[in-house]
Amino acid sequence: MLSLLWLVPTLPFLGFLILLLFGDRMTKTLVGIIGAGSVGLSALLTMVIGYQFLASPPPDHAFTQVLWTWFEVGGFRPEIAFRLDALSLVMASVVTFVGFLIHLYSIGYMHEDSSFSRFFAEMNLFVCMMLVLVLGDNLLLLYVGWEGVGLCSYLLIGFWYQEPANCTAAQKAFIVTRVGDTAMAIGFFLLVTQLGTLQVQDLMHKAGEMWEPGSGMAVAATLLLLGGAVGKSGQLPLQTWLPDAMAGPTPVSALIHAATMVTAGVYLIARTHALFALAPSVQFLVAVIGALTLLLAGFSALVQTDIKRILAYSTISQIGYMFLALGVGAWSAGMFHFMTHAFFKALLFLAAGAVIHALHHEQNIFKMGGLAKQLPVVFWTFLIGAGCLASIPLITSGFYSKDAILWYAFSSEGGSIWLWMAGLAGAFFTSIYTFRMVFIAFLGEPKGHIHHRPGPVMLVPLVVLAFLALFSGFIELPHNFAPVQMFSNLMDTVFHSHGHSHEEHSSAALEGILQLTAGIVSLIGVAAAYFLFLKDPSKVEKISSTPAGSFLQGFLLRGWDFDRLYDTLFVNPLMALARINKGDIVDSLYNGLASLTQMGHYRLKWIQNGAVRWYAAGLALGAVILLGVFIFT
Amino acid sequence: MASIPLEVSLFLSGLLFSLGLLGVLVRRNILFILMSLEIMMNAAGLAFVAASSHWGVADGQVMFIFIVTVAAAEVSVGLALVLQLYRRIHTLDSDAVSVMRG
Amino acid sequence: MNTAFYIASAVAVFATAKVVTHTNPVHALLYFIVSLLAVALIFFCLGAQLAALFEVIIYAGAIMVLFVFMIMMLNLGTDTALREAQLFSPGIWIGPSVLSGLLLFELAVLFIQGEPQSASNAAMVSPKDVALSLFNTYFLGVELASMLLLAALVGGFHLGKRDQAEELPGEVK
Repeated sequence: MLSLLWLVPTLPFLGFLILLLFGDRMTKTLVGIIGAGSVGLSALLTMVIGYQFLASPPPDHAFTQVLWTWFEVGGFRPEIAFRLDALSLVMASVVTFVGFLIHLYSIGYMHEDSSFSRFFAEMNLFVCMMLVLVLGDNLLLLYVGWEGVGLCSYLLIGFWYQEPANCTAAQKAFIVTRVGDTAMAIGFFLLVTQLGTLQVQDLMHKAGEMWEPGSGMAVAATLLLLGGAVGKSGQLPLQTWLPDAMAGPTPVSALIHAATMVTAGVYLIARTHALFALAPSVQFLVAVIGALTLLLAGFSALVQTDIKRILAYSTISQIGYMFLALGVGAWSAGMFHFMTHAFFKALLFLAAGAVIHALHHEQNIFKMGGLAKQLPVVFWTFLIGAGCLASIPLITSGFYSKDAILWYAFSSEGGSIWLWMAGLAGAFFTSIYTFRMVFIAFLGEPKGHIHHRPGPVMLVPLVVLAFLALFSGFIELPHNFAPVQMFSNLMDTVFHSHGHSHEEHSSAALEGILQLTAGIVSLIGVAAAYFLFLKDPSKVEKISSTPAGSFLQGFLLRGWDFDRLYDTLFVNPLMALARINKGDIVDSLYNGLASLTQMGHYRLKWIQNGAVRWYAAGLALGAVILLGVFIFT
Repeated sequence: MASIPLEVSLFLSGLLFSLGLLGVLVRRNILFILMSLEIMMNAAGLAFVAASSHWGVADGQVMFIFIVTVAAAEVSVGLALVLQLYRRIHTLDSDAVSVMRG
Repeated sequence: MNTAFYIASAVAVFATAKVVTHTNPVHALLYFIVSLLAVALIFFCLGAQLAALFEVIIYAGAIMVLFVFMIMMLNLGTDTALREAQLFSPGIWIGPSVLSGLLLFELAVLFIQGEPQSASNAAMVSPKDVALSLFNTYFLGVELASMLLLAALVGGFHLGKRDQAEELPGEVK
């Protein structure tokens, strides 16, 4: 059964091919069946494979399927090979399963769209590429998937390309991530030249043998890889593309810009964790980037009015938590948060999409309101997602995963109280902006008019995801609660437990206090949101009407003005340079050469006058000159 | 006999050659141009024969025979061309035949 | 003998000059024949009988007759001479004269610069010597010349042929 692994990415690819070639001639029902069905089959297969993997683990807890040798140059011999271990199993399961639910949802959401089959073709290609990314046995194959998902992200953000703003957003996403990708590609080159392979396991092994911990080479390589991860995952300083990426259809935002692709950076770091372990300074940098990003994005999310932009900033912030976890060496906690985040963020996006769909593409939360009564299922599922995001204690998965991160941020070797406090502050803001969104959009006075209610094809994925968001947290409980650590036990087969378990047991009381603090902070955040935005919104309005308040609001609304900064620093100088070089300065050299030749042609044209006597005269003159040269020299 | 210095014969041949060249350059009638070409070939032949007799070897005269051959071939083809030209454009003015002007 | 040489040289130069300057093609052709005969005499003076005979028979006899035929076919008469006269202007002579003069000057310098040759070892080259050389040493050359003549024959035939299709209406057949 494990040998069917190759089918997992192939099935969505087949779906893509079929839709690409014949999609225009199919009915929408058929397109939906193929589009969602291919991913669904893939999800089913992943589950079967996963069950077998867990039931009877292969040796070393990893299974590698070599399909063929890609090419062979010098000693460099990458293979088309898929590797299944705990890490890629979790990633692949989430990608296929959440992907399937989102595909299912899209059948309802995109039903009115004229480019229905193009949408599903691109979504299928995305799932395929994402699976290549997570299953790829070597970094080169990972890079193929990496660029593939980048391409699909570009295509899908610009899906409604008739709108110029969407195209701009797509280009921005593509170009900004390209900055990181370039760094990552250079990092790969460095790894190939230094270690001679890109096969992940060999790479980790050789790096451990050849590089001292903290050596310059390890720092350079991990820094470059971090560049790629930061770009893809929308972390500081390359986070600017992600809020704009919400220009795409909502299922795209749910699938690509919340649940799967943006976590590719997290996956990359987790995959190459042995390298990062060799460069503690870079690992600390990862933690700092995560902490800063989660705070920055959290602040920005506080003032956004567009429901999708709030979710986008919250995504940036949550991935910041994952980076924080990776940075302090809590690999499995990071991956655990990835999984729960994938569930509840996809849920939030899909629920938001249902609202947007119902209100006829209204995304401003201030023009919603009172939706709880009109769309009860959507409300309850959204509430569950929001609860997870705000990490409401004990009942939500978000609490368990975020709590694990906070605990490691405090207690592990790389952690510190400052990182913990940043995480805690982030959690506080998270619950404020999350429930601000809930209170303003769903409670209060009804403002919008419901155009059409979501059908079962959209509601079923919501319910399933809500179920997962609520209960997926219980597979991994804190040590002081109960000895249920299924997830980290599974992950330890990959990460080989970096020995922080002894500490955890010793300080159960401390852990309890921290958990209590985190839980209370979350609840305070909810309460604050209630008082500020539902009970008495006048105070907030008063603050924001002062000059300083409105400036701050605009500043945060524009995402800390990173766009303006980059415009001034990079975009405008480049544009100015391009304007100067409009005529292509280098080209003018060749143009000059051409015009010189042409001028020579015009100057010499008259000698080709067709008169034989002239030619004879030319011959004679030449002879005379040659003879003269012979005689007189 | 044979007391004529080689220089004199060669100079004579040079003089005839220059006259032929003058004819080629000055005349516009193709017939005259062809005749002038014959003059030039003949002058070259004269130089060969003079050298041959000066050193008493036959090679120069052999070359002269070849030159005559070439001249005959050239004249036959050239005159055929003149004939065609005259049929087509009714003139022998070489300057009128300048279709291949650049 | 020397006298004959110099007289023949003078005649040749004069007749050639006349060929170049004459306006009437027929007269020019006659001057050319005179020039060729004078050169033939020079060949005799230089002891090259065979070359002299060829000059008379082939050059003056055959090639020049070809020219005569051509002039007859093209029916070039007095009006051509008049038109030729119009084409002569003093200006047209300057450039070519200078060029030709320069060439002559250079040739003269070349001949004078060379070692002064004594005429003592000169000998008569009999036709037999020429024939032996021609069919031994230059055997290949003879073959090539025959090929050239054949090509000229074919080319002349092809070019001289009247093209029926291209004939203009109303043209005299």
